[in-house]
Amino acid sequence: MKALVAVKRVIDYNVKVRVKSDNTDVDLANVKMALNPFCEIAVEEAVRLKEAGTVSEVVVVSIGPKACQEQIRTALALGADRGIQIETDEMPESLGVAKLLAKVVEEEKPELVILGKQSIDSDNNQTGQMLGALLDMPQGTFASEVKVEGDKVNVTREVDGGLQTVALNLPAIVTTDLRLNEPRYASLPNIMKAKKKPLDVKTPADLGVELKAHTRLLKVAPPAERQAGIRVSSVDELVDKLKNEAKVI
Amino acid sequence: MAILVIAEHDNSTLKGATLNAVTAASQVGGELHLLVAGEGCGAAAEAAAQVAGVSKVLVADNAAYAHQLAENLSKLVAELGKDYSHVIAPATTTGKNVMPRVAALLDVAQLSDITAVESDNTFQRPIYAGNAIATVESLDPIKVITVRGTAFDAAAETGGSASVEAVAAVHDAGISAFVGEEVAQSDRPELTSAKVVVSGGRGMGNGENFAILEKLADKLGAAVGASRAAVDAGFVPNDMQVGQTGKIVAPELYIAVGISGAIQHLAGMKDSKVIVAINKDEEAPIFQVADYSLVADLFEAVPELDAKL
Repeated sequence: MKALVAVKRVIDYNVKVRVKSDNTDVDLANVKMALNPFCEIAVEEAVRLKEAGTVSEVVVVSIGPKACQEQIRTALALGADRGIQIETDEMPESLGVAKLLAKVVEEEKPELVILGKQSIDSDNNQTGQMLGALLDMPQGTFASEVKVEGDKVNVTREVDGGLQTVALNLPAIVTTDLRLNEPRYASLPNIMKAKKKPLDVKTPADLGVELKAHTRLLKVAPPAERQAGIRVSSVDELVDKLKNEAKVI
Repeated sequence: MAILVIAEHDNSTLKGATLNAVTAASQVGGELHLLVAGEGCGAAAEAAAQVAGVSKVLVADNAAYAHQLAENLSKLVAELGKDYSHVIAPATTTGKNVMPRVAALLDVAQLSDITAVESDNTFQRPIYAGNAIATVESLDPIKVITVRGTAFDAAAETGGSASVEAVAAVHDAGISAFVGEEVAQSDRPELTSAKVVVSGGRGMGNGENFAILEKLADKLGAAVGASRAAVDAGFVPNDMQVGQTGKIVAPELYIAVGISGAIQHLAGMKDSKVIVAINKDEEAPIFQVADYSLVADLFEAVPELDAKL
């Protein structure tokens, strides 16, 4: 079976985000970019399914300007077989992304579509679920375990208060949570090999999708800063402060 | 136009997050309807009818909705949602699972995890792990929204007298099934609704050592949380994780023990009213957000704190 993995280029996990002084957005000029961590887990899961013999081909797709080919190459170095870039300069909203991915799914016909549960920039946690609705496919979101059994996939999900397991008819959508796996590091030979793997470029127009704005970003501001308080020198002083100053116990 | 709020419940009682979502909805303004979809959920529907400010409760009681499977529930909510200006749910794992499907079925955007209501079409929400706050205007006729519970007070559980109406529509997509669940059993309060939270980090050393936090938590009537480092190290399960990738909490009192204070952890707890940090590393970033900082060996300080409370 074929697995399709959607990946996103985002600000590197370790970079401290700064808001632009005119409050129009965050400042991404000259900032290190990387593969979204949840997407990396998605790629790893697909590659492991291929290594286990369950999946025969791993196709990775990313939407964005030419620079996102870098993240597609990263995914190829981790073990994906070929890439598709959907070229757009404007970053589409989740619904637009889902509509583009839906067209790719209709063309590629994968049995499994694996995505990160959210990207660490917009923190929306929407795309996989929207894709599921558009294609009328079942979804296993926030997955911590994925087991393909016959024509079904069992997905164990991280839910409030514990774990839930659902059985989904294939083709199905999986969105990854942190504990699903620990992604490998790409080896140098694999990074070199990745440069030669096929990478197709398409446009939204090729896919027949017209992107539309459903929201308008009015302002981006830094969060309210929290001031550091005081050092207490002993547990006695701490208990006294909590009882008599903060009055929380 | 009226607002539809999707109730989070376990068929017999309403979950607290529902009440925070009701408050957010009431700030938007308009008639409030609550949807209780489940199986054998009459008791939850009765509780929903008591919630202050709710004028109507819609009850969809069918096996198809027993486990809130997104494939089934999203079709019901999208069908009902066509008659509303806003469809709002708590940003719990259930809300996050179902609502984007609802939005896509209605061909509208979803606004995730809102933390403030500016008007009926403009909302604030955290982005970049809470390192920036975006103000977003919706251009859609129906606004599909999930609400961060800690940003809104809970609506009163009683005082309302809503009418209760059964919904006959049954949507069984037949493409997914519930297999089972492992729910952590605990007498302690839930992390996201607890007034006091005691959390441990990598400094705890191992899972067994969390026993000293549990003892302290029991004395304070607190929930026990953990940092991602403690979860990644295998000390405790992921459902205890407080942080951007785990649970967002904002209790009256948050006690961080052996937690260094990575950005992603701070994103999950920095809205707590009072923060106490206990760490032996005096350079730990957690001290930059703590109201009361104690530089000490946690294995001495925590039992002493426990004894002196």
